Amino acid sequence: MTNLAEKMNYNDDIVKLFTIATIFWGVVGFTVGVFIALQMAFPQLNFGEYLTFGRLRPVHTSAVIFAFGGNALFATSYFVVQRTCRTRLWGDGLAKFTFWGYQAFIVMAALGYVLGVTQAKEYAEPEWYADLWLTFVWVSYFVVFMMTLKNRREPHIYVANWFYLAFIVTVAVLHLGNNISIPVSLTEAKSYSLWGGVQSALIQWWYGHNAVGFFLTAGFLGIMYYFVPKRAGRPVYSYRLSILHFWSLIFIYIWAGPHHLHYTALPDWAQTLGMTFSIMLWMPSWGGMINGMMTLSGAWHKLREDPVLQFMIVSLAFYGMSTFEGPLMSIKTVNALSHYTDWTIGHVHSGALGWVAFISFGALYYLVPVLWKKQSLYSLKLVSLHLWIATIGIVLYITAMWVSGIMQGLMWRSYDSMGFLEYSFVETVMAMHPFYLIRALGGLLFLSGSLIMVYNLVKTVRGNNVPDRVEGEDVQAVETAHA
Amino acid sequence: MSKKKDIDSFTGIETTGHEWDGIKELNNPSPRWWLIVFFLCCVWSVGYWVLYPAWPTFSGDGERGGTEGSMGWTQYDQLKDSQAEIRARKSAYLASFEAASFEEVQADEALYAFAVAGGAAAFKDNCATCHSTGGAGSAGYPNLNDDDWLWGGDIDTIHETIRVGVRAVHDETRFSEMPAFGDMLSETEIADVAQHVISLSQDGDDSAGGAQVFADNCAACHSENGRGDHALGAPDLADAIWFYGDTKADIMSQVRKPKHGVMPTWEARLDANTIRQLAIYVHSLGGGTN
Repeated sequence: MTNLAEKMNYNDDIVKLFTIATIFWGVVGFTVGVFIALQMAFPQLNFGEYLTFGRLRPVHTSAVIFAFGGNALFATSYFVVQRTCRTRLWGDGLAKFTFWGYQAFIVMAALGYVLGVTQAKEYAEPEWYADLWLTFVWVSYFVVFMMTLKNRREPHIYVANWFYLAFIVTVAVLHLGNNISIPVSLTEAKSYSLWGGVQSALIQWWYGHNAVGFFLTAGFLGIMYYFVPKRAGRPVYSYRLSILHFWSLIFIYIWAGPHHLHYTALPDWAQTLGMTFSIMLWMPSWGGMINGMMTLSGAWHKLREDPVLQFMIVSLAFYGMSTFEGPLMSIKTVNALSHYTDWTIGHVHSGALGWVAFISFGALYYLVPVLWKKQSLYSLKLVSLHLWIATIGIVLYITAMWVSGIMQGLMWRSYDSMGFLEYSFVETVMAMHPFYLIRALGGLLFLSGSLIMVYNLVKTVRGNNVPDRVEGEDVQAVETAHA
Repeated sequence: MSKKKDIDSFTGIETTGHEWDGIKELNNPSPRWWLIVFFLCCVWSVGYWVLYPAWPTFSGDGERGGTEGSMGWTQYDQLKDSQAEIRARKSAYLASFEAASFEEVQADEALYAFAVAGGAAAFKDNCATCHSTGGAGSAGYPNLNDDDWLWGGDIDTIHETIRVGVRAVHDETRFSEMPAFGDMLSETEIADVAQHVISLSQDGDDSAGGAQVFADNCAACHSENGRGDHALGAPDLADAIWFYGDTKADIMSQVRKPKHGVMPTWEARLDANTIRQLAIYVHSLGGGTN
C-alpha cells in the first residue's frame, strides 16, 4: 500500500535542527558529567561559587536528560511521525518555535542552576519562569504532533507514535503537577511550592519516577519501535505484545514513584504500593526489550555486520538489565541497603548511558545520512570503535558504582559486637575514592566515544550528496556494502 | 490496503497486514513465559497487599489512613526491633561501665575494650574533623598521639577538656590567651626571642639577647626553661612539636599576633558515658600520662 518511491515533502529541516542540538547537548552533558565525577574524586576541583558540584550536578542531569534526551526525542518523533503517517509535519512555524523555545528553556534552566536559582526538586530544578516557558513549548509540541497524527494518510497509528504520544501527554501532566508554585513576586526568581511536607515528597517522586518512565522509557521505546525494525529490515516481532506491554507499562509505571521514599515519613501503605507496582512493572518493561530483540529473528547475521544495529541491540540489553535492577532495588529489604548509596547512581547510569544514549546514538547514525542525503556513514569502523569504547566506559562506570554503593551501604549499617558503629562517614568516603576514579575513567571513555561520533557524523555530512536517494531505501544494505 | 493474508516469507508468520514506511508487524502471540511471569508478579503483589499495609482507606484510622495488613507490620516496629538489638549489645556493659571509675575501667579488660571501642566510634564522628581519624591532628589542631599536652594528658584532665572545651561557650571552659607582643616588643626583640625559642629545641645561634627577652616576657607562662605549663594551657616550646609552624617567620608571627584555637564543649552534645569513653580512648592513643 505504501509506495516507497512516492516523493514526500517531509519537513526534515526541523529534524536536522533537533539532530544537531542532540549531538551538541550530548557532548556538553557528558563533559560536565566527567567534570563532576572528578570533583567527587578531587574536591579541590570545586572552583568558586558558580562551578561547585552542587550547582553543576543539575547542569549535568538536565543536560543529558532534557537537552540531549529531549532533543533526541523531538528529532526522532518529528522524523518518525511524518514517515509513519505519510504526511508533512503540521505547522512549520510552530515546529520551529518548539525548537528555539526548547533551546531557550535549556539555557534558561542551566543559567539558573549556575547562579544558584533552583526549586531544589530533583530533575525539576528550574524555577517558575522557566517552567511556565516550557509549558508553552510543550503544548506547542503536543499540537504539532497531534495535528500531524490527525492528518495521517495511513489508516492506523503506528506503535512508535503511541509511545511518543504517551510521553508527550504524561510529561505535560507531570510537569504541571509537580511545579505548581507561587512566585514571591513577578520580578523575582524565587517561588514556593504549593505542596508541603510528605505530600510534596510524594508528588516530587511521582514526577521524578515517571520522568524516568515516560521521558526516558516510553519516549525512547518510540525510537526503538521505528529504528530497530527499519535498520534490521525486519517486521516488528509481535503486534500483540506491543499492545499488551504498552498499556501495562503506562498503567503500572505511574504508581511506582513511592519506592523512592522507602523508610521515610511516607505512610507504609503508600510505600507498599510503590514497591509492588514496581515488581509488577518488570515484565511490561521487558516487553519492549523482547519485541525489539526478537525483531531481529531472521536478521541475526546483520547484527554481526552492522555496528549501528549493534548499538540498538546493546541498548536493549542495558534496558533489560536496568529494568530488572529497578524492581529489585524497589524491594524494601534491598532498598534499605541501596538507598542513598552509589548503587542508585550506577543504576541510573546503566539506564541513561546504556539504554537512552545508546538507542539515541543508533538513531543518530541512522538519521544523519538520511537527513543529509548521503550514500552512507563516513566510517562504520569508527561506529564500531565508538560502540566498544562507550561500552567499556559504561561497564567500568556501573561496576565501580555497584561495588562502591554496596560497600558504602554495608559500612553505614555495620555495628560491632558491643553495639558501636564500626565506620564513620569519612571512612566510607575514603573507601570509595578508588571507585570514584574508575567512575571518572568510565565517563571519560564514554565522552571520548561521543567525540568519535561527532567526527564521524561531521565527515558524513561533508561527504558527497546523493540527491536521488529514495526515502525508505534499505540504508543498511548500502552501508554494509561499503564497509 | 490489501485484504489478503500477508505472510512473512522468512518466518512463515502472518503479519497484521499493515505497513508504515516499510515496517510491518508480525502477528506472533506474546511469549508464554512473559505472560506467566507477569501474572506471577501480580499474584505476589496481591498476596503482599494482604500481609502488609497497602491501600488507602481515607478514614484516618489504621496505619495512617491505610489498610494495616494481616502481619501487623509497620516500619516503626521494624526500627524499634533493630535498635533494640543494638542496644542489647551495649547494655551488656553499660551499667557496670557507668558505675566504674576510670581506674576500675582500666583494670577490667572487658570494660576497657568496651570503652575504647565506644570512644573510637564517637571520636571518628565528632573529633576526627579537626584531629583527623587517627588523632594525628593537623596545622592548628593538636596531635593526640604524642606526649605533648596543652592542658595535661591524664584521663581526668582529658575528660575535663572534652567536657568543657577550650575557649568554648561553657561557664567552666578552659581559657588562656597569649598577649599580642607586636604592640609591646620591637621587631628586633621579636626576632631575637624567636631565635631563642628555636634554640630551645635545636642547635642554633642564640647570642642576640633573645634569652633576656624571653625571661622578661614569656617565662611567666611558658616557664623559665620554656617547658610550658599545663595549668595555664601554655605550650611546651622546647619539645620540637609545633602548632602553627616551625620556621622563624611562623614563630615571629605567633609572637606578634597569636592565633588561638577553639575546641567546642561536648557536654551538651554527647552523653556522659560517651564523653568518658572518649577520654579513655584519647588517653589510649599513645601519649596518655598517669
